[in-house]
Amino acid sequence: MRVTVTVNGERRTADDVWEGESLLHVLRERLGLPGSKNACEQGECGSCTVYLDGVTCCACLVAAGQADGREVTTVESLGDAEALHPLQRAFVDAGAVQCGFCTPGLLVAAHDLLARDPDPEDSDIREALAGNLCRCTGYEKIIDAVHLAAERMAAPADGGAR
Amino acid sequence: MEFLSPATLDEALAAKAAHRDAVPIMGGTDVMVELNFDRRRPDVLLDLTRVTELREWDVVDGHVRLGAGVTYARVVDELGGHLPGLALASRTVGSPQIRNRGTVGGNLGAASPAGDAHPPLLAAFAEVELASAGGVRRVPAAEFYTGVKRHAGADDELVTAVWVPTATGPQQFSKIGTRNAMVIAVAAFALALHPEERRVGTGIGSAAPTPRRAREAEDLLAGELDWEGRGALRETVAAEFGRLVAAAADPIDDVRGTAAYRRHALGVMARRCLGWAWAEQQDRHREGGH
Ligand SMILES: Cc1cc2nc3c(=O)[nH]c(=O)nc-3n(C[C@H](O)[C@H](O)[C@H](O)COP(=O)(O)OP(=O)(O)OC[C@H]3O[C@@H](n4cnc5c(N)ncnc54)[C@H](O)[C@@H]3O)c2cc1C
Ligand code: FES
Ligand code: FES
Repeated sequence: MRVTVTVNGERRTADDVWEGESLLHVLRERLGLPGSKNACEQGECGSCTVYLDGVTCCACLVAAGQADGREVTTVESLGDAEALHPLQRAFVDAGAVQCGFCTPGLLVAAHDLLARDPDPEDSDIREALAGNLCRCTGYEKIIDAVHLAAERMAAPADGGAR
Repeated sequence: MEFLSPATLDEALAAKAAHRDAVPIMGGTDVMVELNFDRRRPDVLLDLTRVTELREWDVVDGHVRLGAGVTYARVVDELGGHLPGLALASRTVGSPQIRNRGTVGGNLGAASPAGDAHPPLLAAFAEVELASAGGVRRVPAAEFYTGVKRHAGADDELVTAVWVPTATGPQQFSKIGTRNAMVIAVAAFALALHPEERRVGTGIGSAAPTPRRAREAEDLLAGELDWEGRGALRETVAAEFGRLVAAAADPIDDVRGTAAYRRHALGVMARRCLGWAWAEQQDRHREGGH
Protein backbone atom coordinates (compact mmCIF):
# COMPACT_ATOMS: atom_id res chain seq x y z
CA MET A 1 0.00 0.00 0.00
CA ARG A 2 1.01 3.62 -0.43
CA VAL A 3 1.39 5.71 2.69
CA THR A 4 1.71 9.49 2.68
CA VAL A 5 2.72 11.19 5.89
CA THR A 6 3.71 14.72 6.74
CA VAL A 7 6.96 14.16 8.60
CA ASN A 8 8.58 17.11 10.31
CA GLY A 9 6.55 19.45 8.11
CA GLU A 10 7.40 17.73 4.83
CA ARG A 11 5.01 15.57 2.81
CA ARG A 12 6.60 12.16 2.27
CA THR A 13 5.32 9.13 0.41
CA ALA A 14 6.32 5.50 0.76
CA ASP A 15 5.22 2.84 -1.73
CA ASP A 16 4.85 -0.93 -1.39
CA VAL A 17 4.40 -0.66 2.35
CA TRP A 18 3.25 -3.97 3.85
CA GLU A 19 -0.19 -3.56 5.45
CA GLY A 20 1.00 -4.86 8.81
CA GLU A 21 4.12 -2.71 8.89
CA SER A 22 4.76 -0.24 11.70
CA LEU A 23 5.21 3.49 11.35
CA LEU A 24 8.65 2.98 12.90
CA HIS A 25 9.69 0.70 10.06
CA VAL A 26 8.42 3.19 7.49
CA LEU A 27 10.33 6.05 9.10
CA ARG A 28 13.58 4.16 9.47
CA GLU A 29 13.70 1.90 6.45
CA ARG A 30 11.68 3.75 3.83
CA LEU A 31 11.98 7.45 4.63
CA GLY A 32 15.61 7.56 5.75
CA LEU A 33 14.84 8.80 9.26
CA PRO A 34 16.75 6.46 11.60
CA GLY A 35 16.61 8.82 14.61
CA SER A 36 13.71 6.92 16.15
CA LYS A 37 15.26 3.72 17.42
CA ASN A 38 14.02 0.17 17.18
CA ALA A 39 14.82 -1.71 20.35
CA CYS A 40 11.86 -3.79 21.44
CA GLU A 41 8.99 -3.42 18.94
CA GLN A 42 6.54 -3.97 21.78
CA GLY A 43 6.01 -0.59 23.37
CA GLU A 44 8.18 -1.36 26.38
CA CYS A 45 11.25 0.82 25.82
CA GLY A 46 10.07 4.11 24.34
CA SER A 47 13.14 4.48 22.10
CA CYS A 48 10.81 4.89 19.09
CA THR A 49 8.77 7.74 20.65
CA VAL A 50 7.40 10.21 18.09
CA TYR A 51 4.56 12.70 17.96
CA LEU A 52 1.56 11.57 15.92
CA ASP A 53 -0.77 14.54 15.37
CA GLY A 54 0.92 16.23 18.32
CA VAL A 55 0.55 13.33 20.75
CA THR A 56 3.47 11.15 21.80
CA CYS A 57 3.32 7.44 21.07
CA CYS A 58 5.50 4.46 20.28
CA ALA A 59 5.98 4.41 16.50
CA CYS A 60 6.46 0.65 16.67
CA LEU A 61 2.82 0.27 17.77
CA VAL A 62 1.27 2.43 15.04
CA ALA A 63 0.30 0.64 11.83
CA ALA A 64 1.68 2.54 8.85
CA GLY A 65 -1.79 2.93 7.37
CA GLN A 66 -3.01 4.55 10.59
CA ALA A 67 -0.48 7.34 10.02
CA ASP A 68 -1.55 7.93 6.40
CA GLY A 69 -2.47 11.57 5.93
CA ARG A 70 -1.40 12.45 9.45
CA GLU A 71 1.42 14.52 10.90
CA VAL A 72 4.43 12.89 12.44
CA THR A 73 7.18 14.72 14.26
CA THR A 74 10.39 12.83 14.98
CA VAL A 75 13.50 13.54 17.00
CA GLU A 76 15.15 14.74 13.78
CA SER A 77 13.04 17.90 14.00
CA LEU A 78 14.44 18.99 17.36
CA GLY A 79 17.86 20.08 16.23
CA ASP A 80 21.03 18.90 14.56
CA ALA A 81 24.76 18.90 15.24
CA GLU A 82 25.06 22.57 14.23
CA ALA A 83 22.10 23.77 16.26
CA LEU A 84 21.28 21.48 19.15
CA HIS A 85 17.94 21.90 20.90
CA PRO A 86 18.45 22.97 24.54
CA LEU A 87 17.29 19.50 25.59
CA GLN A 88 19.91 17.84 23.41
CA ARG A 89 22.56 20.25 24.72
CA ALA A 90 21.50 19.53 28.30
CA PHE A 91 21.64 15.75 27.79
CA VAL A 92 25.24 16.11 26.59
CA ASP A 93 26.23 18.56 29.33
CA ALA A 94 24.62 16.54 32.14
CA GLY A 95 26.22 13.26 31.04
CA ALA A 96 22.81 11.77 30.34
CA VAL A 97 24.02 9.97 27.23
CA GLN A 98 26.13 6.83 27.29
CA CYS A 99 25.44 4.41 24.44
CA GLY A 100 22.75 6.83 23.28
CA PHE A 101 20.25 4.27 22.09
CA CYS A 102 17.51 5.46 24.42
CA THR A 103 18.29 9.15 23.90
CA PRO A 104 16.05 9.99 20.91
CA GLY A 105 12.97 8.59 22.62
CA LEU A 106 13.82 10.33 25.88
CA LEU A 107 14.29 13.62 24.04
CA VAL A 108 10.86 13.44 22.44
CA ALA A 109 9.18 12.39 25.72
CA ALA A 110 11.00 15.15 27.63
CA HIS A 111 10.16 17.68 24.91
CA ASP A 112 6.49 16.81 25.34
CA LEU A 113 6.76 17.17 29.12
CA LEU A 114 8.42 20.61 28.95
CA ALA A 115 5.82 21.82 26.46
CA ARG A 116 3.13 21.06 29.05
CA ASP A 117 5.12 21.87 32.18
CA PRO A 118 8.14 24.16 31.76
CA ASP A 119 9.30 23.64 35.36
CA PRO A 120 8.64 20.02 36.34
CA GLU A 121 9.44 18.41 39.69
CA ASP A 122 11.50 15.22 39.88
CA SER A 123 8.32 13.20 40.30
CA ASP A 124 6.77 14.75 37.18
CA ILE A 125 9.87 13.88 35.18
CA ARG A 126 9.89 10.31 36.45
CA GLU A 127 6.26 9.88 35.54
CA ALA A 128 6.64 11.46 32.10
CA LEU A 129 9.65 9.28 31.29
CA ALA A 130 8.26 6.07 32.81
CA GLY A 131 7.81 4.60 29.34
CA ASN A 132 11.44 5.10 28.33
CA LEU A 133 14.06 2.58 29.36
CA CYS A 134 17.78 3.28 29.60
CA ARG A 135 20.20 0.43 30.26
CA CYS A 136 23.21 2.65 30.89
CA THR A 137 22.75 5.81 32.90
CA GLY A 138 20.68 4.85 35.91
CA TYR A 139 18.31 7.77 35.13
CA GLU A 140 19.69 10.26 37.68
CA LYS A 141 21.61 12.17 35.02
CA ILE A 142 18.65 12.03 32.68
CA ILE A 143 16.53 13.73 35.32
CA ASP A 144 19.34 16.27 35.85
CA ALA A 145 19.38 16.92 32.11
CA VAL A 146 15.66 17.65 31.96
CA HIS A 147 15.98 20.11 34.87
CA LEU A 148 18.96 21.74 33.20
CA ALA A 149 17.09 22.11 29.91
CA ALA A 150 14.07 23.54 31.74
CA GLU A 151 16.28 26.15 33.44
CA ARG A 152 17.98 27.12 30.22
CA MET A 153 14.73 27.30 28.28
CA ALA A 154 13.24 29.55 30.95
CA ALA A 155 16.20 31.92 30.44
CA PRO A 156 16.63 31.80 26.68
CA ALA A 157 19.24 34.56 26.67
CA ASP A 158 22.01 32.12 27.52
CA GLY A 159 20.47 28.97 26.02
CA GLY A 160 19.64 30.00 22.49
CA ALA A 161 16.36 28.11 22.72
CA ARG A 162 14.27 27.50 19.69
CA MET B 1 -3.05 -8.54 3.93
CA GLU B 2 -5.73 -5.96 3.35
CA PHE B 3 -5.91 -2.69 5.28
CA LEU B 4 -9.37 -1.19 5.58
CA SER B 5 -9.78 2.34 6.87
CA PRO B 6 -13.47 3.18 7.18
CA ALA B 7 -14.31 6.81 7.96
CA THR B 8 -17.72 6.23 9.54
CA LEU B 9 -19.25 3.70 11.90
CA ASP B 10 -21.67 2.47 9.23
CA GLU B 11 -18.75 1.78 6.90
CA ALA B 12 -16.86 0.03 9.69
CA LEU B 13 -19.83 -2.22 10.51
CA ALA B 14 -20.38 -3.00 6.82
CA ALA B 15 -16.69 -3.90 6.53
CA LYS B 16 -16.92 -6.19 9.57
CA ALA B 17 -20.01 -7.87 8.10
CA ALA B 18 -18.19 -8.45 4.82
CA HIS B 19 -14.93 -9.58 6.46
CA ARG B 20 -15.86 -11.42 9.62
CA ASP B 21 -12.29 -12.49 10.27
CA ALA B 22 -11.00 -8.90 10.02
CA VAL B 23 -8.95 -7.89 13.05
CA PRO B 24 -10.01 -4.48 14.37
CA ILE B 25 -7.15 -2.17 15.29
CA MET B 26 -7.62 0.89 17.45
CA GLY B 27 -4.62 2.06 19.49
CA GLY B 28 -2.69 -0.95 18.25
CA THR B 29 -0.96 -1.46 21.60
CA ASP B 30 -2.03 -5.12 21.62
CA VAL B 31 -2.47 -5.78 17.89
CA MET B 32 0.85 -4.33 16.73
CA VAL B 33 2.83 -6.36 19.25
CA GLU B 34 1.24 -9.49 17.78
CA LEU B 35 2.02 -8.37 14.23
CA ASN B 36 5.59 -7.30 15.02
CA PHE B 37 6.31 -10.67 16.58
CA ASP B 38 4.58 -12.72 13.90
CA ARG B 39 2.05 -14.08 16.35
CA ARG B 40 -0.83 -13.09 14.14
CA ARG B 41 -1.19 -12.72 10.37
CA PRO B 42 -4.75 -11.59 9.74
CA ASP B 43 -5.99 -11.37 6.17
CA VAL B 44 -7.67 -8.07 6.94
CA LEU B 45 -6.80 -5.27 9.37
CA LEU B 46 -9.75 -3.01 10.13
CA ASP B 47 -8.45 0.37 11.28
CA LEU B 48 -10.98 2.12 13.51
CA THR B 49 -8.98 5.24 14.34
CA ARG B 50 -10.70 7.32 11.67
CA VAL B 51 -14.21 6.60 12.94
CA THR B 52 -14.88 9.78 14.86
CA GLU B 53 -18.08 8.42 16.45
CA LEU B 54 -15.95 5.98 18.43
CA ARG B 55 -13.79 8.73 19.91
CA GLU B 56 -16.57 10.63 21.64
CA TRP B 57 -18.09 10.43 25.09
CA ASP B 58 -21.32 11.89 26.36
CA VAL B 59 -23.47 11.89 29.47
CA VAL B 60 -26.84 10.22 28.74
CA ASP B 61 -29.45 9.26 31.36
CA GLY B 62 -27.09 9.17 34.31
CA HIS B 63 -24.52 7.19 32.32
CA VAL B 64 -21.35 8.10 30.56
CA ARG B 65 -21.54 6.60 27.08
CA LEU B 66 -17.83 6.17 26.52
CA GLY B 67 -16.89 5.57 22.89
CA ALA B 68 -14.72 2.51 22.40
CA GLY B 69 -11.95 4.65 20.91
CA VAL B 70 -11.47 7.01 23.86
CA THR B 71 -7.88 6.69 25.10
CA TYR B 72 -6.77 6.17 28.68
CA ALA B 73 -5.10 9.58 28.61
CA ARG B 74 -8.46 11.18 27.88
CA VAL B 75 -10.24 9.15 30.55
CA VAL B 76 -7.68 10.46 33.06
CA ASP B 77 -7.92 14.07 31.85
CA GLU B 78 -11.64 14.32 31.18
CA LEU B 79 -13.52 11.74 33.24
CA GLY B 80 -12.02 11.71 36.73
CA GLY B 81 -15.21 13.26 38.12
CA HIS B 82 -17.80 11.07 36.40
CA LEU B 83 -15.85 7.82 36.38
CA PRO B 84 -13.30 7.97 39.21
CA GLY B 85 -12.72 4.21 39.32
CA LEU B 86 -11.98 3.89 35.62
CA ALA B 87 -9.82 7.02 35.75
CA LEU B 88 -7.77 5.61 38.64
CA ALA B 89 -7.25 2.37 36.75
CA SER B 90 -6.39 4.22 33.53
CA ARG B 91 -3.61 6.09 35.32
CA THR B 92 -1.89 2.78 36.04
CA VAL B 93 -1.88 1.55 32.43
CA GLY B 94 1.51 1.20 30.77
CA SER B 95 3.26 4.52 30.21
CA PRO B 96 2.31 7.94 28.84
CA GLN B 97 2.91 6.69 25.29
CA ILE B 98 0.66 3.66 25.86
CA ARG B 99 -2.06 5.73 27.58
CA ASN B 100 -2.00 8.20 24.67
CA ARG B 101 -2.88 5.44 22.18
CA GLY B 102 -4.45 2.57 24.11
CA THR B 103 -8.22 2.60 24.44
CA VAL B 104 -10.86 1.17 26.73
CA GLY B 105 -12.50 -0.45 23.68
CA GLY B 106 -9.21 -2.16 22.84
CA ASN B 107 -8.99 -3.46 26.41
CA LEU B 108 -12.49 -4.88 26.02
CA GLY B 109 -11.67 -6.31 22.59
CA ALA B 110 -8.60 -8.05 24.00
CA ALA B 111 -10.62 -9.23 27.05
CA SER B 112 -7.47 -10.20 28.91
CA PRO B 113 -8.07 -11.26 32.52
CA ALA B 114 -5.33 -8.73 33.37
CA GLY B 115 -6.88 -5.76 31.55
CA ASP B 116 -7.03 -2.83 33.95
CA ALA B 117 -10.28 -1.33 32.67
CA HIS B 118 -12.29 -4.42 33.56
CA PRO B 119 -12.38 -4.32 37.40
CA PRO B 120 -13.69 -0.72 37.57
CA LEU B 121 -16.22 -1.39 34.79
CA LEU B 122 -17.51 -4.43 36.70
CA ALA B 123 -17.66 -2.51 39.97
CA ALA B 124 -19.54 0.37 38.35
CA PHE B 125 -22.14 -2.00 36.80
CA ALA B 126 -21.18 -0.94 33.28
CA GLU B 127 -22.65 -2.35 30.09
CA VAL B 128 -20.74 -2.99 26.87
CA GLU B 129 -22.37 -1.77 23.66
CA LEU B 130 -21.92 -4.12 20.71
CA ALA B 131 -23.01 -3.14 17.21
CA SER B 132 -23.29 -4.92 13.89
CA ALA B 133 -24.78 -3.88 10.57
CA GLY B 134 -27.97 -5.52 11.90
CA GLY B 135 -28.32 -3.54 15.12
CA VAL B 136 -27.05 -2.56 18.54
CA ARG B 137 -27.22 -4.44 21.85
CA ARG B 138 -25.88 -3.97 25.36
CA VAL B 139 -24.30 -6.66 27.50
CA PRO B 140 -23.60 -6.23 31.22
CA ALA B 141 -19.83 -6.26 31.80
CA ALA B 142 -20.23 -9.29 34.07
CA GLU B 143 -21.59 -11.28 31.10
CA PHE B 144 -19.20 -9.83 28.52
CA TYR B 145 -16.10 -11.78 29.57
CA THR B 146 -16.70 -15.37 28.53
CA GLY B 147 -13.25 -16.96 28.83
CA VAL B 148 -9.53 -16.25 28.77
CA LYS B 149 -9.26 -13.48 26.14
CA ARG B 150 -12.77 -14.25 24.89
CA HIS B 151 -15.82 -12.06 24.97
CA ALA B 152 -19.49 -12.06 24.06
CA GLY B 153 -19.11 -10.11 20.80
CA ALA B 154 -20.03 -11.98 17.61
CA ASP B 155 -17.70 -12.03 14.60
CA ASP B 156 -19.74 -9.40 12.78
CA GLU B 157 -19.89 -7.09 15.81
CA LEU B 158 -17.65 -4.31 17.05
CA VAL B 159 -17.43 -2.89 20.54
CA THR B 160 -18.76 0.60 19.97
CA ALA B 161 -19.05 1.99 23.49
CA VAL B 162 -19.32 1.21 27.16
CA TRP B 163 -22.15 2.62 29.26
CA VAL B 164 -20.96 3.42 32.74
CA PRO B 165 -23.32 4.81 35.40
CA THR B 166 -21.86 8.11 36.58
CA ALA B 167 -20.46 7.71 40.08
CA THR B 168 -22.81 8.55 42.94
CA GLY B 169 -20.38 7.36 45.61
CA PRO B 170 -16.71 6.65 46.24
CA GLN B 171 -14.80 4.40 43.86
CA GLN B 172 -11.37 2.88 44.40
CA PHE B 173 -8.88 0.83 42.42
CA SER B 174 -5.79 -1.02 43.51
CA LYS B 175 -3.26 -2.94 41.44
CA ILE B 176 -0.25 -5.01 42.40
CA GLY B 177 2.73 -5.08 40.08
CA THR B 178 6.47 -5.21 40.27
CA ARG B 179 6.89 -1.47 39.82
CA ASN B 180 4.76 1.63 39.45
CA ALA B 181 4.77 1.84 35.66
CA MET B 182 4.59 -0.53 32.73
CA VAL B 183 3.30 -3.53 34.59
CA ILE B 184 0.67 -6.07 33.83
CA ALA B 185 -1.24 -6.55 37.07
CA VAL B 186 -0.34 -9.51 39.27
CA ALA B 187 -3.74 -8.88 40.79
CA ALA B 188 -6.12 -5.92 40.77
CA PHE B 189 -9.26 -4.92 42.60
CA ALA B 190 -11.91 -2.26 42.13
CA LEU B 191 -14.64 -1.14 44.49
CA ALA B 192 -17.60 1.16 43.90
CA LEU B 193 -20.12 2.21 46.52
CA HIS B 194 -23.55 3.03 45.12
CA PRO B 195 -25.18 4.78 48.11
CA GLU B 196 -28.39 5.73 46.27
CA GLU B 197 -29.18 2.08 45.64
CA ARG B 198 -27.38 0.92 48.78
CA ARG B 199 -25.41 -1.47 46.62
CA VAL B 200 -21.75 -2.33 46.37
CA GLY B 201 -19.85 -3.22 43.19
CA THR B 202 -16.56 -5.07 42.97
CA GLY B 203 -14.21 -6.20 40.21
CA ILE B 204 -11.34 -8.65 40.41
CA GLY B 205 -8.53 -8.63 37.82
CA SER B 206 -5.73 -11.06 37.01
CA ALA B 207 -6.95 -13.67 39.47
CA ALA B 208 -9.39 -15.82 37.48
CA PRO B 209 -9.83 -16.89 33.83
CA THR B 210 -11.91 -13.75 33.31
CA PRO B 211 -12.35 -10.50 35.18
CA ARG B 212 -15.19 -11.13 37.65
CA ARG B 213 -17.24 -9.68 40.49
CA ALA B 214 -17.13 -10.92 44.08
CA ARG B 215 -20.87 -11.10 44.59
CA GLU B 216 -20.97 -12.54 48.09
CA ALA B 217 -18.58 -9.85 49.24
CA GLU B 218 -20.79 -7.20 47.61
CA ASP B 219 -23.91 -8.53 49.35
CA LEU B 220 -22.23 -8.73 52.72
CA LEU B 221 -21.06 -5.16 52.54
CA ALA B 222 -24.31 -3.77 51.19
CA GLY B 223 -26.08 -5.26 54.22
CA GLU B 224 -23.52 -4.26 56.83
CA LEU B 225 -22.57 -0.72 55.85
CA ASP B 226 -24.12 2.12 57.79
CA TRP B 227 -25.32 3.92 54.67
CA GLU B 228 -26.20 7.03 56.64
CA GLY B 229 -22.47 7.34 56.83
CA ARG B 230 -22.14 8.22 60.49
CA GLY B 231 -20.70 5.01 61.80
CA ALA B 232 -17.13 3.89 61.58
CA LEU B 233 -16.38 0.82 59.56
CA ARG B 234 -16.34 -2.25 61.77
CA GLU B 235 -13.07 -4.17 61.55
CA THR B 236 -14.88 -7.51 61.50
CA VAL B 237 -16.87 -6.40 58.44
CA ALA B 238 -13.75 -5.27 56.62
CA ALA B 239 -12.00 -8.54 57.42
CA GLU B 240 -14.94 -10.62 56.24
CA PHE B 241 -15.19 -8.51 53.08
CA GLY B 242 -11.50 -9.16 52.34
CA ARG B 243 -11.99 -12.88 52.98
CA LEU B 244 -14.97 -13.11 50.61
CA VAL B 245 -13.17 -11.17 47.85
CA ALA B 246 -10.19 -13.52 48.12
CA ALA B 247 -12.54 -16.51 48.08
CA ALA B 248 -14.24 -15.27 44.90
CA ALA B 249 -10.96 -15.40 42.98
CA ASP B 250 -9.77 -18.45 41.08
CA PRO B 251 -6.12 -17.63 40.52
CA ILE B 252 -3.30 -19.64 38.97
CA ASP B 253 0.45 -19.81 39.51
CA ASP B 254 2.32 -18.11 36.67
CA VAL B 255 5.46 -16.08 36.00
CA ARG B 256 3.95 -13.00 37.61
CA GLY B 257 2.93 -14.59 40.91
CA THR B 258 1.53 -17.60 42.70
CA ALA B 259 -2.13 -18.33 43.22
CA ALA B 260 -1.67 -18.11 46.99
CA TYR B 261 -0.02 -14.69 46.72
CA ARG B 262 -2.76 -13.40 44.44
CA ARG B 263 -5.47 -14.52 46.83
CA HIS B 264 -3.69 -12.94 49.78
CA ALA B 265 -3.08 -9.71 47.87
CA LEU B 266 -6.73 -9.49 46.87
CA GLY B 267 -7.86 -9.70 50.48
CA VAL B 268 -5.46 -6.91 51.42
CA MET B 269 -6.44 -4.72 48.45
CA ALA B 270 -10.13 -5.25 49.18
CA ARG B 271 -9.76 -4.13 52.80
CA ARG B 272 -7.68 -1.12 51.82
CA CYS B 273 -10.03 -0.02 49.05
CA LEU B 274 -12.91 -0.33 51.48
CA GLY B 275 -11.07 1.76 54.08
CA TRP B 276 -10.36 4.53 51.57
CA ALA B 277 -13.86 4.45 50.14
CA TRP B 278 -15.54 4.53 53.54
CA ALA B 279 -13.41 7.45 54.70
CA GLU B 280 -14.51 9.32 51.57
CA GLN B 281 -18.14 8.39 52.16
CA GLN B 282 -17.99 9.82 55.69
CA ASP B 283 -16.32 13.01 54.40
CA ARG B 284 -19.08 13.44 51.87
CA HIS B 285 -21.65 13.20 54.62
CA ARG B 286 -19.89 15.74 56.79
CA GLU B 287 -19.60 18.14 53.86
CA GLY B 288 -23.20 17.45 52.94
CA GLY B 289 -24.19 18.67 56.43
CA HIS B 290 -25.87 15.44 57.53
C1 LIG C 1 4.08 -1.60 26.85
C2 LIG C 1 2.65 -1.96 27.10
C3 LIG C 1 2.10 -1.81 28.36
C4 LIG C 1 0.79 -2.14 28.62
N1 LIG C 1 0.30 -1.96 29.87
C5 LIG C 1 -0.99 -2.29 30.13
C6 LIG C 1 -1.52 -2.10 31.43
O1 LIG C 1 -0.83 -1.63 32.34
N2 LIG C 1 -2.81 -2.46 31.64
C7 LIG C 1 -3.60 -2.97 30.64
O2 LIG C 1 -4.77 -3.25 30.89
N3 LIG C 1 -3.12 -3.15 29.39
C8 LIG C 1 -1.84 -2.83 29.12
N4 LIG C 1 -1.34 -3.02 27.87
C9 LIG C 1 -2.20 -3.63 26.84
C10 LIG C 1 -2.96 -2.63 25.96
O3 LIG C 1 -2.35 -1.36 25.98
C11 LIG C 1 -4.41 -2.48 26.41
O4 LIG C 1 -5.08 -3.72 26.35
C12 LIG C 1 -5.18 -1.46 25.57
O5 LIG C 1 -6.39 -1.17 26.21
C13 LIG C 1 -5.46 -1.93 24.16
O6 LIG C 1 -6.12 -0.88 23.49
P1 LIG C 1 -5.77 -0.52 21.98
O7 LIG C 1 -6.72 0.54 21.55
O8 LIG C 1 -4.35 -0.25 21.81
O9 LIG C 1 -6.18 -1.91 21.30
P2 LIG C 1 -5.73 -2.67 19.96
O10 LIG C 1 -4.37 -3.20 20.08
O11 LIG C 1 -6.01 -1.77 18.79
O12 LIG C 1 -6.80 -3.82 20.00
C14 LIG C 1 -6.82 -4.74 21.10
C15 LIG C 1 -7.76 -5.91 20.79
O13 LIG C 1 -9.10 -5.47 20.73
C16 LIG C 1 -9.64 -5.65 19.44
N5 LIG C 1 -10.42 -4.45 19.17
C17 LIG C 1 -9.97 -3.16 19.14
N6 LIG C 1 -11.00 -2.32 18.96
C18 LIG C 1 -12.11 -3.09 18.92
C19 LIG C 1 -13.50 -2.78 18.75
N7 LIG C 1 -13.94 -1.52 18.63
N8 LIG C 1 -14.39 -3.80 18.76
C20 LIG C 1 -13.97 -5.10 18.89
N9 LIG C 1 -12.66 -5.43 19.04
C21 LIG C 1 -11.75 -4.43 19.06
C22 LIG C 1 -8.46 -5.87 18.53
O14 LIG C 1 -8.77 -6.64 17.40
C23 LIG C 1 -7.50 -6.58 19.45
O15 LIG C 1 -7.81 -7.93 19.56
C24 LIG C 1 -0.02 -2.66 27.58
C25 LIG C 1 0.51 -2.80 26.28
C26 LIG C 1 1.83 -2.44 26.04
C27 LIG C 1 2.38 -2.59 24.66
S1 FES D 1 10.87 0.03 19.91
FE1 FES D 1 8.94 0.95 20.23
S2 FES D 1 8.81 0.99 22.37
FE2 FES D 1 10.62 -0.15 22.07
S1 FES E 1 22.39 5.58 27.25
FE1 FES E 1 22.46 3.48 26.73
S2 FES E 1 20.38 2.91 26.89
FE2 FES E 1 20.38 4.88 27.66
